[in-house]
Formats: sequence, C-alpha cells, structure tokens
Amino acid sequence: MVGSYKKSMKVILSILLILGGLFAGFPIIWMVCSSLKANSAIFSWPPKFFDETASLASYAAVLTDSSKVRFFINSYIVAASVVLITLFVGILAAYAFSRFDFPGKGIFNSLIVSVQAIPPIVLLIPYMGMIVAMKLFNTYFALILTYLVTTLPYCILMMTGYFNTLSKELDEAVMIDGGSRWKALWGVLVPISLPGMVSVGMYTFMQAWNEYLFALALTQTTDMRTVPIGINLLMGQHAYDWSQMMAMSVLGSIPVLIFFIFFQKYFIAGMSSGGVKG
Amino acid sequence: MVIRYSFLDKAVVSKSPAFVGTENYTELFADSAFWNAASNTIIFVAVSVIAHLVIGMIFAMLLNSKYFTTRTKTIARVIYILPWVFTASVVAILWKLMLQPSGIINYLLEFLPQVTKNTEWLSNKDLALTVICFINIWCGYPFYMISILAGLQGISGDLYESAAIDGATMTKSFIHITIPQLKPILISIAMLDFIWTLQSFNVIWMLTGGGPVNSTETLSIYIYKLAFQKLDYSMAGTAATVLLIVCVIVAIFYVRQQKKVRE
Repeated sequence: MVGSYKKSMKVILSILLILGGLFAGFPIIWMVCSSLKANSAIFSWPPKFFDETASLASYAAVLTDSSKVRFFINSYIVAASVVLITLFVGILAAYAFSRFDFPGKGIFNSLIVSVQAIPPIVLLIPYMGMIVAMKLFNTYFALILTYLVTTLPYCILMMTGYFNTLSKELDEAVMIDGGSRWKALWGVLVPISLPGMVSVGMYTFMQAWNEYLFALALTQTTDMRTVPIGINLLMGQHAYDWSQMMAMSVLGSIPVLIFFIFFQKYFIAGMSSGGVKG
Repeated sequence: MVIRYSFLDKAVVSKSPAFVGTENYTELFADSAFWNAASNTIIFVAVSVIAHLVIGMIFAMLLNSKYFTTRTKTIARVIYILPWVFTASVVAILWKLMLQPSGIINYLLEFLPQVTKNTEWLSNKDLALTVICFINIWCGYPFYMISILAGLQGISGDLYESAAIDGATMTKSFIHITIPQLKPILISIAMLDFIWTLQSFNVIWMLTGGGPVNSTETLSIYIYKLAFQKLDYSMAGTAATVLLIVCVIVAIFYVRQQKKVRE
C-alpha cells in the first residue's frame, strides 16, 4: 500500500518536473533552433525543430559584420572594466567596514543599502544631466560609472559579510610577521575569500553585460552600443531577420551562460546568503 | 537632484528653470495617462509577484523532493534557472518570435479546442498586458526558486518526521511546518521583487513600448517617454519622485524585516 503510494507520487512529481522543464527550457531550445534555420524557414508551417535549411550561416553573418562585432567588443570592455573596478574598490571598502571603526560608519552602511532600493529609471534623469555636464556622454566611462553605482554596493555588502566571518587574528598574524595591512588583505584575506569574490564578480558581470536602460540612454552612436542594445536595434534595422537576431541572442548569452554553468555552485551559495539584488 | 527637478519648470532643457512649487504634482495627478500607467503597474506587479511566489514554491519543492536522485535534481535545477540568465533584450526578442501570429505559440495552441487562430498576442490591447505579465513571470521565478530552495534545505527533517509520527498529512505539514519556517524568506523576497517589478522597464519597452494604445504602459515607461521623447524632464522628475517614494516605503519595510530576521 505504502509502496504503490510512493510510486504514484513519484510518477506525478516526475510529470511535474518535466512540465516545469519544458516551461523553462522550451523557449531557449526554440531560440537555438531558430538561429540555425534560414530566415525564410522560421515561420514554416508546421514548425520543425530542425529542417533542411539548418546551417551556421546566420552566425557567420553576425560574426563577419564589423558593426555587430563592435557591440560585443564594447560589451566586453565595459563589463570587464566594471568587474575589475568593482572588485578592487569593493574589497578595499569591505575591508575598511569589516576591520575598522570610524565615525559615520553606520550612516555609510545604510546609505549603501538604500542605494539598492532606488529605481534605475529615477536615477537615469539626474545621471543624464551629470554625464552630459561631465562631457562623458556616449563614452565607455558613462556606462562604467553608472554601472558601478549599482554593482559596488552589492560587492561591498557581500564582501563585508565575508570578511566578517574571517578572524581578525589572521591579519594580526601577518602583521606580527612584519607584513603590512595591505599585505594581509591581498596576501591572506583575498585568497581565502575567493569563492565569495567569484560569486560577486559573476553577478557584477551579469549586471554589466545585461544592462539595457542606461546603455540605451547614455550612448548614441552605433560604435558605442552594447550587445543588448545591438540586439534590439536589429529589430528595426533588418526588417525582422529573425535567424540573425536569434544567432546574436545566442552569442550574446553565451558569456553569461558559461560563467553561470561553471560557477553556479558559488553563485547559488552567494545568493542565498541574503541581501541580493538582481 | 531628481526631486529638485520635480519642483522646477522646464528643468535641464532651459538654462534658468523657474521654481513652480507643487504645480508639477497637481498636473501629474490630473493626467489620466499617469493613472492609466499606475493601474497597469499595479496589475503587473500584483500578478507577477503572486505568480512568482507560487511557481517558485512549486519548483523549489520539486527540486527538494526526496523522490528524485541528486543527479536529476542538479540537472533540473540548471534548466529551471536558465530563464533568469538571459538578458532582457534576448527575452524580449525570443518571445516576440514565438508570439508572432504564425509563430510557435499559436501553432501549439491549435491543438486545444476553441482557440481562435493566429492570435496577435502583442498588438491586441486586451491581451498585451497578460502576455507581458506571463513573460515577466517566466524570467523572474528562478530567483524565488533558489531562495525558497535554500530556505527549504534549512528546515530540519526532524520537524517533518515528528509530524509524520503524530499522523500529520502532507498538506498539514506543509501548512504548519513549511510555510511558517519559510515566512521570513517569503516576505523578504516578495518585497524585493515588488521593488524590482515596480521599476521593470526593459522587457516591456522592447516588446510593446507601452502600446498598443498605452495598454502596457507602466510607470517606468511613462517616465522614460516623458523624459526622452517629450523631453519634459520636470514632469518626468515629478513622476519619478512619486515612484521613488513608493519604493523607499517598501524598502524601509524590507530593511526592518531583514533586521528582524538577523536578530
């Protein structure tokens, strides 16, 4: 009796699991399949996953078009700079928060937390004014600076939490051996907290790579646009060349996807430890 | 800065904007487009948050179920998280493709009885908001799933065992053990999601741009249109301030909740 109950339970749950997988995965499979088809076959009736037009032609078309490759280069430059700056500044700030007491620490901390609650669309308007005033409009710096505003608080919070779990005696041991605080931070604390840094870095990369609103408003010429904008521009430009758009979407998702699959363990651990913005 | 703009006339555009006090606010609250955007936003946020909670809960329970092997669960987890990894413009374009009148969604729906053929999902003003909600649910639930899953794994198995000994059914132990244990997490993520959904812009902008006939125009879209299409930074600032106030109120509750959890 109990056995048959268990069996039927398992069948029901398996069906649910597969349905859930379809719900989550089907659109993505469809995207990859569409990117392989010729544009004329996209809406063939009845639809097929693969047909005789299957080829990598649309990928080749995207990768040989210099203006489209440019989007990818831009995105890499912006995302990589944001990750590096965020980690560097974030680690220093987190170290200060975790190891020292200074006047205004509480206020700084709550300021950092509250930045996360402000809608980007609200910030966009004053940023626009500032970026134009600083003559940074339509440059990489405009994007890097504005992304830092969202990624730094997260990094500082996460890394402060991480450093707090590491004992102060670690630093003291280094200093007794004649090392400086600087050395204690980069030589000991940072290597230990690598998992946390990977999680923060990945999150930052995802944010910077995927950001759309600021990239749309703060850049103007095609040679400064990033991938998300580029994909969207294709919608109007090419009178719906679906297979190329899908190819570009796949290419644009691959960096994040690779990061994600390799580091998902760290990432989930980092996420569930709370205080997340995504 | 944005709050200052809201009290000025012709901010940014003019060199010497005049101070107009609360006039912008009066004008904003008299604008029917603002109220339309506000009500769309409320529907959008309410539907998304509730659906995210329910779907996230179901998937998390599935992934935590003892009926599957660890291997199955790991693979399923990666698949389930996938929608969240994709950037908004990919999500938008992908669904746009699938929702085309002759696209795959309509093809699949043909097998169901009583479905009108070749529905124009995104250009039908009665359907567009529903579709947008659905898409937002699709790309937002993994966050809930992961958080709830982490919470579920933190619940001690002893609780369920002793409940089973006392003769509790599965539904009963779900209501009396799972829900109370998860409550802090559920409240936190619901509030966070509320803030995010309230400000979500990208997917809606790229799919419909607020149309057709403003039926999917949320507050974010409304603000963006004011600022960058009508170049009315003062009014945009005013509307943005209203949105900011709502977010800050929720955020204050969120921070309080977080403090409670930590204590």
